[in-house]
Amino acid sequence: MTHLEDRILQLLEQDCSMPHAVLAARCGVDEADIDAAVKKLEDEGIILGYQALVDWEKTHKETVTALIEVNVTPQRDKGFDRIAERIYQFDEVESVYLMSGSFDLTVIISGRTLKEVATFVSERLSIIEGVTGTATHFILKKYKEKHALFVKHEEQTDRIAFV
Amino acid sequence: MEYERYLSAKVQSLQPSGIRRFFDILNEMKGAISLSVGEPDFQTPWHIRDAGIYSLEKGFTKYTPNAGLSDLRDEISAYLERRFDLQYDPKSELLVTVGGSEAIDLAVRSLINPGDEVLIPEPSFVCYGPIAVMAGGTPVMIPLTAENEFRLSPAQLEAAITPRSKLLVLPFPCNPTGGIMERADLELLAPIIEKHDLMVVSDEIYAELTYGGVHHTSIANLPGMAARTVVVNGMSKCYSMTGWRMGYAAAPAPIIKQMTKLHQYCIMSAPTTSQYAAIEALRRGDDDIEAMKEEYDSRRRYLVSALREQGLDCFDPKGAFYAFPSIRKTGLSSEQFCERFLLEHKIACVPGSAFGPSGEGFIRVCYAASMQNMEVAMDRLGQFLRELGV
Repeated sequence: MTHLEDRILQLLEQDCSMPHAVLAARCGVDEADIDAAVKKLEDEGIILGYQALVDWEKTHKETVTALIEVNVTPQRDKGFDRIAERIYQFDEVESVYLMSGSFDLTVIISGRTLKEVATFVSERLSIIEGVTGTATHFILKKYKEKHALFVKHEEQTDRIAFV
Repeated sequence: MEYERYLSAKVQSLQPSGIRRFFDILNEMKGAISLSVGEPDFQTPWHIRDAGIYSLEKGFTKYTPNAGLSDLRDEISAYLERRFDLQYDPKSELLVTVGGSEAIDLAVRSLINPGDEVLIPEPSFVCYGPIAVMAGGTPVMIPLTAENEFRLSPAQLEAAITPRSKLLVLPFPCNPTGGIMERADLELLAPIIEKHDLMVVSDEIYAELTYGGVHHTSIANLPGMAARTVVVNGMSKCYSMTGWRMGYAAAPAPIIKQMTKLHQYCIMSAPTTSQYAAIEALRRGDDDIEAMKEEYDSRRRYLVSALREQGLDCFDPKGAFYAFPSIRKTGLSSEQFCERFLLEHKIACVPGSAFGPSGEGFIRVCYAASMQNMEVAMDRLGQFLRELGV
């Protein structure tokens, strides 16, 4: 990983809509260097995608998100990976993490309604062989995600115009 | 009443900022993008704000010692040593002030007798001249040029010195030009300063913000120079703490003693809450500085290349958070340029002339602003320049 690649990743993680020309100016290199570096990072699977952060609360779309603690029995040879795979293959599943501590996997899923999420847990997740227990926590309010604030933040408006 | 008769002649003689009208327009205007305020757009890091809040919760709301909390002076001393290799005794050689501005005022008032000349390179921050006048001194401006990257050359300094010269103000890294003085530049000035027995007020408020691998050197770091220098610094720019009003002066004990006397009479002690926040900043804020600096540096590169791409000449600023492009090819004065840019395109920059006569023909553009705002501003600058036929 070069210093340039490192800097590109930092800047794109802040704002992936940044045009390559702007990236180039900010890193002090030519645009062609950025094109090549980004292509390389994509090819190597270091950059996996570019997504918008959406506050669905402000839209008409109904959505609920749950964080599910899952306990599993690890399998011989495959450890946790095999069960994790059986879980992350579901399209409904946004994220899966292997955890240290009192449970094994964190699964984050979103659905249109509480019922839809509950149904997924009881009818899809709990019945997977090796899953020994789940605890579902619904997200009530999102304050911050990926460094973006989902709540209104007051700005100091009464400021000096010139220093 | 005819107040002119009652008001001090000296205070009335101070020129109000010539661009006040311009800022009245800006204040009234809705939706303008301002690249005119010289303060970081980052919030003060949360752990620093939290330390201020915590001090309030604990009820630390009394005056502090005049010179500042002793823990804070210890931290400032350690910081100056750690970051700039400067040695100051926290007990006798440091004074905590209300922003760097107060420290400048106290230093000048403590050093100047009536008629003493104060050498001030310009374009530079607007306070030095008026402070010198109020202290009974005579400001002598030294014009700097873009060709010399707005550095102060030994020849320029020599040319300005008279038998009455007493004090040299060194405003580097420089607001508004972004110019810096490297060690080699300062080494050329030191013998002249000694030869003419000058004192120095070195305003190093932007010391942490230098780019391109150049680390700030304080003139006090040169042999023999600490004895004749008041170093002024503060938390405003490097920790994004402008509103906390935290500055300090570092100087030989006899100077700090006089400055502390003045501070005691006019301020008593710097705000207590801010002092507790400043302790936290100095103890655990080095990483915050690095993160902000890296962000400024990349915005700096963007802004300078965008200004040049739109057709303006701009020297490579190596310090602070300003670019200072020339707008001479537009045929407008810097004030006309800024006023029209604001009225017609809703972008506020500061006319270079606000910082001294040598700033005419330039504008100050602050890049401590969001990328989004700067991109919009540069688009509109391109539009404006095309309308002007550049």
